[in-house]
Parts: sequence; structure tokens; C-alpha cells
Amino acid sequence: MARAVTPRRKALVTVLAWTIGLALFFPILWTVILSFKTEGDAIASPLTVLTTPFTLESYHVVQDRSNYFLHFWNSVVISLGSTLFALVVAIPAAWAMAFVPGPKTKDLLMWMLSTKMMPAVGVLVPIYLLFRDLGLLDSRIGLVVVLMLMNLPIVVWMLYTYFREIPGEILEAARMDGATLKDELIHVLTPMAVPGIASTLLLNVILAWNEAFWTLQLTTSKAAPLTTFIAGYSSPEGLFYAKLSAASTLAIAPILILGWFSQKQLVRGLTFGAVK
Amino acid sequence: MSTQASRTAARLMISPAVILLLGWMIVPLAMTLWFSMQRYNLLMPGMGGFTGFDNYSYFLTDPAFFDAIKNTLVLVLGVLAITTVGGLLLALLLDQPFWGQGIVRVLVIAPFFVMPTVSALVWKNMFMNPVNGVFAHLAKSIGLQPYDFLAQSPLASIVLIVAWQWLPFATLILLTALQSLDSEQLEAAEMDGAGPISRFFYVMLPHLARAITVVILIQTIFLLSTFAEILVTTNGGPGTASTTLTYLVYVQSLLQFDVGSGAAGGIVAVVLANIVAIFLMRMIGKNLEN
Amino acid sequence: MKITIRALMGACALSALATAAFAETTITVATVNNGDMVRMQGLMDEFYKANPDIKVEWVTLEENVLRQKVTTDIATKGGQYDVMTIGTYEAPIWGKQGWLLPLDFPASYDVDDLLPAIRNGLTVDGKLYAAPFYGESSMIMYRTDLMAEAGLTMPAEPTWDDVKAAAKAMTNKDKEIYGICLRGKAGWGENMAFLSAMANSYGAKWFDMDWKPQFDGGPWKETLTDYLDLMTNYGPPGASNNGFNENLALFQQGHCGMWIDATVAASFVTNPKDSAVADKVGFALAPNKAGVAKHGNWLWAWNLAIPAGTQKADAALKFVEWATSKEYTALVASKEGWANVPPGTRTSLYENPEYQKVPFAAMTLNSINAADPTHPTVDEVPYVGVQFVAIPEFQGIGTAVGQQFSAALAGTTSADDALAAAQSLTTREMTKAGYIK
Repeated sequence: MARAVTPRRKALVTVLAWTIGLALFFPILWTVILSFKTEGDAIASPLTVLTTPFTLESYHVVQDRSNYFLHFWNSVVISLGSTLFALVVAIPAAWAMAFVPGPKTKDLLMWMLSTKMMPAVGVLVPIYLLFRDLGLLDSRIGLVVVLMLMNLPIVVWMLYTYFREIPGEILEAARMDGATLKDELIHVLTPMAVPGIASTLLLNVILAWNEAFWTLQLTTSKAAPLTTFIAGYSSPEGLFYAKLSAASTLAIAPILILGWFSQKQLVRGLTFGAVK
Repeated sequence: MSTQASRTAARLMISPAVILLLGWMIVPLAMTLWFSMQRYNLLMPGMGGFTGFDNYSYFLTDPAFFDAIKNTLVLVLGVLAITTVGGLLLALLLDQPFWGQGIVRVLVIAPFFVMPTVSALVWKNMFMNPVNGVFAHLAKSIGLQPYDFLAQSPLASIVLIVAWQWLPFATLILLTALQSLDSEQLEAAEMDGAGPISRFFYVMLPHLARAITVVILIQTIFLLSTFAEILVTTNGGPGTASTTLTYLVYVQSLLQFDVGSGAAGGIVAVVLANIVAIFLMRMIGKNLEN
Repeated sequence: MKITIRALMGACALSALATAAFAETTITVATVNNGDMVRMQGLMDEFYKANPDIKVEWVTLEENVLRQKVTTDIATKGGQYDVMTIGTYEAPIWGKQGWLLPLDFPASYDVDDLLPAIRNGLTVDGKLYAAPFYGESSMIMYRTDLMAEAGLTMPAEPTWDDVKAAAKAMTNKDKEIYGICLRGKAGWGENMAFLSAMANSYGAKWFDMDWKPQFDGGPWKETLTDYLDLMTNYGPPGASNNGFNENLALFQQGHCGMWIDATVAASFVTNPKDSAVADKVGFALAPNKAGVAKHGNWLWAWNLAIPAGTQKADAALKFVEWATSKEYTALVASKEGWANVPPGTRTSLYENPEYQKVPFAAMTLNSINAADPTHPTVDEVPYVGVQFVAIPEFQGIGTAVGQQFSAALAGTTSADDALAAAQSLTTREMTKAGYIK
């Protein structure tokens, strides 16, 4: 960057940015801190909380009470599975829309997005009856299908905007060299599209991981992901801040860590075609 | 550049996605339409039969209906306003050079990874609770009466919670867009004697227009279906102060188990959402052209 | 394609199970995340010892989520659960629909030992449809030290006037001590449980014999006015969001002078581990308005029931029998002490001299016995249920009315407007449901 910055200004920006960053992060930090306290200490005033001893008590309770790893694994399978299926369906569609646009391409894209506007609560009973008849209740495959359909529009959209940024000339050049459609897709486009696909994958894993309506409604035990796990810790009788914090930390930690490690990849594709 | 052959191929490639989404749209929609004209309450299996538009008239004349529309608009617009303006300011700030950029960025995006249920539970209990929450403790420590967020201003509190979750998303998109702005363009404007404010309005903002529309579009789609945050924090109350359209449909279909009314409400919500969608699509469609 | 294969595999698995007679049966039990239920999950070894061929899969959920999930499942015959934890509200309605299996226990179970008030609420046409796991009523819990400081004594059967006087004397807002903590959070099982029971003790009722709502009558107005008066003058801040839990936390930290709520709270507030006031709590019968025969105490039980669609009825019944037996009570007592035994279901427990030493045992029993779900109100009514009306529509109506009263407590609407809104919305729903012709 060529812009010269005075140290004073840089210091000022640093202080401001850190303050805002910490403020936004504070609720998460606080949850993590409370998860290491006893129930009695967790409701004390903030300054008192910081001086009380740390303990793993709540984590022991949570571990005794629920099968965290089962829920964790279900979350992984469901979010990753639904995203992968969505990619398989969406990549060809987005490719075709981006490189062979027809007069109706835009409308099609908009229509796809509009399918996301149906309020899930209104269609629960129909879907529940359908799942019951197909024997899909409490099955991971059922949730994979539902979440895939839910996120498909976003996946197509993201990939489409990303593919559009790939210059058409490269394809023409490949075609001149006698590449078939298949070659084009596998050898030319895919490598160029990998960053976009990666970021689409990440965003959708996050969205699927955090989806809390269908995952809660359509599972009972075998396929229940972390959203169900959390529902066992919200507002029981008695004090619960520490246990709730521990369960919350366990539920969000995996995705938070994944998000942090992959934030560069995530950000690269998060533009939805907004950047030219 | 597209030949007849490649068009056919393109159609083939698009069709799986279209067929799946068509099925996902039509099957529930058809079932919902059917149920919306039935007298069907899960708890009363004996009753049944066609009722025409009774369910619709009950839903549309529900005393909470207009409140619900108003609250939905306030929620969506409120969150959009906070996240786009806040996101823009935050993006401008983070675009400046400062120490620890990477860490601050990680801190800022973190809320986006938190499950809505968890974030609602955390805000409600650990922060907004008027006795044990952090805010209450802070108020007491400086000698103020704790403010009861969820009772005194329920909708504003929910807007705050939801905005906290979506601010990172807006910030990230706007920041990426900002970073793609040619620095030469800015320097040229500076040479021409443009101050920081006019640089912002004449160079940056036009460049960000597309990113802002994308933020608005994507967020609106998700915000219209905001549900977990309301269920966990206020249950739509006090009174109907934080009942949105989605929540009203929930009350009909999963609290009263009145599938017929719930379905009618679902259809009404779909129609209203699509009206919003058409506006949005127009807006973004125009922006995507160029 | 996938589905057919899955279905085939499922069928194979099922027939394999059926042929192998000694195969393990896994039953899925849906339950609420309350302390007594969670405790049982830690004591399952005893059950497995006696029943090595049964395995229990737990689904523990927060009350509202649980209710909504099991209702959806049982009404659509989804067949996801073999045992469901349900309340006193659901049991008679579902039993009447034929959704639950009647429970036939062996003589050793001693059905007649169940407390009559609780058992009657779970019986339809002479058949028991759910087995009570723990039962509760409501009562006053008060701070003996604050009462003494104020120079007052709590009568054993106080009236609302006594309660008001005590609340006034104990309130000290500078020290964050509030005379009375009551439920304010909207919900048919939250503020409406308390308010419906309170209304009964003012001579009010939900419906007259023609199912016409009664919120436009004097007794309801008196109830709501007194409730709002108590809470705005002597209640804690944020009361309109306080349910059982929030009040429990407040009481345990010493912020409440009195708290009228579920009898099960007694074991929490007297537990020195969590409660700062454990040794300063007294108990009294829920109040009534002077001259009204009914007291403001409710009756509730969490029960285990077996949905009619289950394939594993035998295993499910064995589990229900064990979980609600005298032996289970003895097991908890031996491992965790008598104070932690699930209360309120069996006469024998209250006759046990060991249990009588528990400070809140007698008042719990008195409160349960004072509640009569079949005659909840002063006037004759067409419904059963003390703090609820046992009709399927009540969940929706109760919650909507609860929202109005909660808004009145938050100060966003007046008592008169809240009552008028409650009257009109209840009339509307009851007309829609066909009760009012």
C-alpha cells in the first residue's frame, strides 16, 4: 500500500479496532469463561466471576449426561454431507448458467433464491408426514436431503457469481486445443474454481451446522446433532448458567475453530459477485 | 459463443438443480395449500373436512396479524440498517492499517459462527437478564436501576441479538469489496482535491453499491425466517410486541397444533415474502446487469 | 432407490430381531431436563442389572421443545418414542384419544399406593394411562429471617391480605430484597399456571357451563389487579420474563421474601450447595382470598406414558414400572438421600418416618391434597384441571392470554385492556373450535 500513515493515526485505529473487535467477541468469551465456573459463581457480578476459581465441573456433568461425540459426529455428517450433495448438483448448474447464459438465466436464479422464503414452521407437518411415510424420521440421510435442498439456492448463487469471474477466453483457448466439454470442466475450470468452491463449501457447512429448526424437529436420538444437544440444557429447573455455557461452548467450538482456520478461504468467495 | 449443442448440455446440467428445487417447492406448497383448506387439528383427530377459506379468514383477522406484519418489517429493516451501516463503518475501519489486523478480523467474524439458539440463550440469560445478567451487574455497579431489555423493549433487543450475528457477514463482504477498490482511483481523487468525505461518497460508495445490495438480499432471505431468537427470548411477547409473521405461524401450527390455520398462515407468509422478494430481485437484478 | 434399499434392510433387521428371542430391545425415552429425570439417567445400572435385555436410549429436552416434539409425533403416529414424559394436562386428553396404552401393572406395583389426587388426573374411564414420576402442588416459600426481622409470623393458611402485608414489610429495594416473587413470563404453563390457580382462590373461573369465557367478570379483575399491585410494588425488576427458573435463582440468592411456586422448588431452595438461604426457609399453604373456600394451589405431575404405536410395549412397560416404583424411590434414597427422592406420587413415601424428617414433606402432601382437579373452582365448571383447562385448545389460548397478562405486568397495557383482550381472543378461539355455538 502506498498510502502513508502517521504512527499516531495507526495507534488510534488500532485502539478503536481492538475495542470494537473485543466488544463483538465478548459474549462468546464470556460464555467460555462461565463454562469453567460453578453454578453459584456463574451468576455473580462480572468482577467477582473473574476472581473465582476455574473448574471443569460443568464439563463433567455435560459429559455424563449426554453423548457429545454422537451429536458432534451427526453434526459433521449432516452439515458436510448436505453441502457435498449440494455442490454435486450445483456445480454443473452454476457452470451452465455462467458460461451458457440464456435469456432466462437471471429469472431462474432469482426463482431459486425465492424458494428459500417459505417459512419452515408452516410446512413442518406436511414434511413430517412425508418423512414418516418414507421412514426417514431420525435418519441422517433425511436431514442431509432437507438441508441440501435448503442451501442449494445459496450454493448455486455463490458458485454462479464466482464462475462468472473466470474469463471466457481461457475456455475458448482450451476449446481451440480440442478440449471436450468434460475436459473443459475437469481440467480447466475446476482448478480455477477451487477457491470459489472451497469458500462455498465452508459457508454452507456453517449454515448447515447452525440450522436449528429441521435438525431439531426431524430427529430424536440416533441422528440428533448438536442443536438437539443444546435443547437439553436450556432452562432446566435450578441454576444452569455454567452447564449451559459448557454445552454452548462444546456446540460452537468446532465450527468456530474451523471458521477461524479457514477464514481466508471463506472470505475470498464470500463476495457473491459483489466485487468486480 | 454458445452453440446449439452446448445449450442442450447446459440445460442438462441445470436440470437436476431445477428439478430438485421444483420438487422442494411444489410438494410442500401443494400439501400446505391442501391443508390450508382443511379443518385439521392434530389434537382432534375426529374432526376434518373441507372448510374453504375459513382458515385464511381466521388467520387474517387474528388480532396479532397486523402487529406481526409491522414487527416483521421492523425486525428485518432494523437489522439491515444496523448491519449495513455498522458493517460499512467497520469495514472502513478494518481497511486502515493497524497492529493486529488478523486477530481483530478473527474476533469480528466470530459471532457469525454461533448457532442462533445458542446466541439467543447467551444474550437472554448471561447478558440481558435484569438480575444476573452482565448488563444488570454493570448498571448496578454504577448505581443505576437495571434495564429490563426483553420486557421493556423486546423487539429492539431481538434486533440487537440478530444484528450481532449478521454484522460480521456484512462487514466481511463490504471489506472484501473495499479492498478490491483500486487505490490509484482513490489517489487520483485525492489529487483532484477531494476530501475524505467526498472521496467516500463519490468513489467508494458507488464501488460498494453492488456489495451492499448483495448484503441486503442475502440477509433479507434469512431474516424473514428469524424464529429461534424469538422463541428462546420473548416467546413473541410481552403481548404481541415481538410476534413476527413466522412466529405467528408457529403459534398456530405448533402451539395450537392447528395444521389448517398454520398452513393458511404459511401461505400468507409465502405470498408476502414473495412480494418483498420481487422488490429485492428488481433491485439486485438491475445491479447485477452492469 | 436408496430408500427401497433402506426399507429392505430395515425389514431384514426387524425380522432378524424377531427371530432372535434373547436379542436386546432398545427403547427410546423422551424426557424433560428436570433434575429428577436427569438423576434417573445416572441410576440406570440398577435397571440394566434386572433387565439385561433392555437398553434405554434417552432423549432429554427442554420442556417446551419436548412437549411440541412428542405431541407432533404421537398425533402423526410417527412412532419415534417408546416412552414419553408427559404432563397432567396431556394424559387425560391423549388417553381419551386412544393414543396411549392403558397401563396394567402387576400387583407388586401397588397402584393403590399412588396419591388419589394425582392418580385421578391420569385416569380415563377407570384406566390408568400414565404413571406419575413426580408430583407437585404449589405453596408459599418464605424467608423466616426476614419475617422475624419485620416482626411478623406466617400463618399456616395465610390469606392474600396476609401475603400482601408480609410482602410490604419485607421489601427493601435498596438491599435488593423484594417482598414477593411470582411468575410473570407468558405461557400456559408459566404465568397462567400461577394466575389460573390464584383466580380459583378469588372465586373466578375460565369458563361457565356454556364454555363462555369469564374474563369480563369481577373475580378475574380482582385477581389481576391484586397480582399487578403486588408485583409492581413489591416484586423484582423484569418480572414479566420470570418463570420458575428465574424466580428460583432470585430466591436462592436471597432476593425474594416470598415465592409462591411449585412444591418441588423446596428441595432446591433448602439445598445448601446452591442456595444462600437454605436454612432460612419456611413453608405455608398457598393463599386464598378471605372467605373463598378454594386455595391458590395447583396440581401437576410429570408422568411416563407409552404411546399406542410402539412395537416394544413390553420393554417399555417394564421400564415405566421400574422408574415409578417404590424400589426406585428406595434406590434414590440410598444413593442421594431422602430429600432428593422424586416427591408427590405415593402415599407410602409420606408415611415413611425417614421421609417425614424432610422439612418440606408435610407441606407438600397437604398442598397436593388441597388441590382438586375435578372441582377446581368455587362455581361449577364444565372442565377438569386446576391451573389449566384440560381441552386440546388450551395450550394456544392459555399462552395468548398469558401474553396479555405479561404485557400488563410489563406495563405496556392496562389491566382492563388485558382482560378485554383476553376475553375477546378466548371467545374467538372457542368459537372457532366449536365450543361456543
